[in-house]
Amino acid sequence: MASGVKPRVKVPKTASAGDIITIKTLISHKMESGQRKDSDGNKIPQSIINTFTCDFNGQNVINVELHGAISTNPYFQFEATVPESGDFTFTWNDDDGSVYTETKSIAVG
Amino acid sequence: MIGSNLLRVASIATIATLAFGTTTANAQSLVINDEETMIIQAPAAAHLENLDEVFSGWNFRTVETQALQMDDFDNPGMIFVDQAMDQWNTVEGDAGESCASCHEGGTAEFAGLRPVLPRWDEEVGGIQSMEDYINKCRTERMQADAWKWSESKMTAMTALIGLESRGMPVNVVIDGPASEAWELGKEIYYTRVGQLDMSCANCHEDNYDTMIRADHLSQGQINGFPSYRLKNAKLNSIHNRFSGCMKNIRATPFKEGSDEFHALELYVASRGNGLSVEGASVRN
Repeated sequence: MASGVKPRVKVPKTASAGDIITIKTLISHKMESGQRKDSDGNKIPQSIINTFTCDFNGQNVINVELHGAISTNPYFQFEATVPESGDFTFTWNDDDGSVYTETKSIAVG
Repeated sequence: MIGSNLLRVASIATIATLAFGTTTANAQSLVINDEETMIIQAPAAAHLENLDEVFSGWNFRTVETQALQMDDFDNPGMIFVDQAMDQWNTVEGDAGESCASCHEGGTAEFAGLRPVLPRWDEEVGGIQSMEDYINKCRTERMQADAWKWSESKMTAMTALIGLESRGMPVNVVIDGPASEAWELGKEIYYTRVGQLDMSCANCHEDNYDTMIRADHLSQGQINGFPSYRLKNAKLNSIHNRFSGCMKNIRATPFKEGSDEFHALELYVASRGNGLSVEGASVRN
């Protein structure tokens, strides 16, 4: 697991049914490009977030594929319609096999 | 005095309501998280002979950059503040202590510290910046290694401590024992140096709010430091920024943490007396 990785998500706590809400996500991550060398001249292997997904009550909201040349601390902002109360699950997959997840609940009333 | 250039930097909220050519700098406001209002424009202090008003660097940035600072979630500098919170509780050094071991009240103990730094320290017999105090804690109380002046852990920690004072007006003391350093700082500010033969004042006093090629010149205020800069994607210390400016005019920079930069930091901070501490600001 890469060091200093911390997912952060901002979701409104409440909404009305059918509301379009704005979700902001940011994961602090080095996004090691694979182009750099360490002090001994050895190549540092690529380690970036390669996919990011968001699900709401098991239904996919967004699915993002990331490739090289995306800078550190990738930030995504998107909108979602909420029909009912439930949980947003956010998942980031790292090249090194690590999976980072975060869950946020929203109450619709 | 502030001309139409500032039109470009009107905040998103107010841009639609501005009539061309009638704007003044106070037509915009910096409100963070919709609740904390920053003072971004203030009457110049009495010791500032050549300016009537002082402006935070936030005024001179583009709408997009300004917006980043208006919400802590969008502010990339806050990532480093998060890291500093972890560092705060990390035990390091031979004494087996972390910051939290002594400072039981948490970082809240430091509310009100950022606006008065740098300041004269009787014990040391010189001007001390926040970096000096952090390293003093590290070497004497924790018996850990000192951090370099501008390394990421140091800038993150200064941001965390400074954040406790966000919104408070800068108010450094320039008289008494600090006056000698302040005079030295003032002399450095107005002395032309380097191959381009320029002083700080040439850009930041005589020509602020104009374009120097692609850059919109600010007054060079340091109330927003440490600053997250989009150009290098990290927090930048005050002395590091001084050093960068000196390189730009092709001068040999003073060393970070030197007496000269301490003096300059005190002088430049005093030019911004009255502006809010902006914690981790966002600049280009």
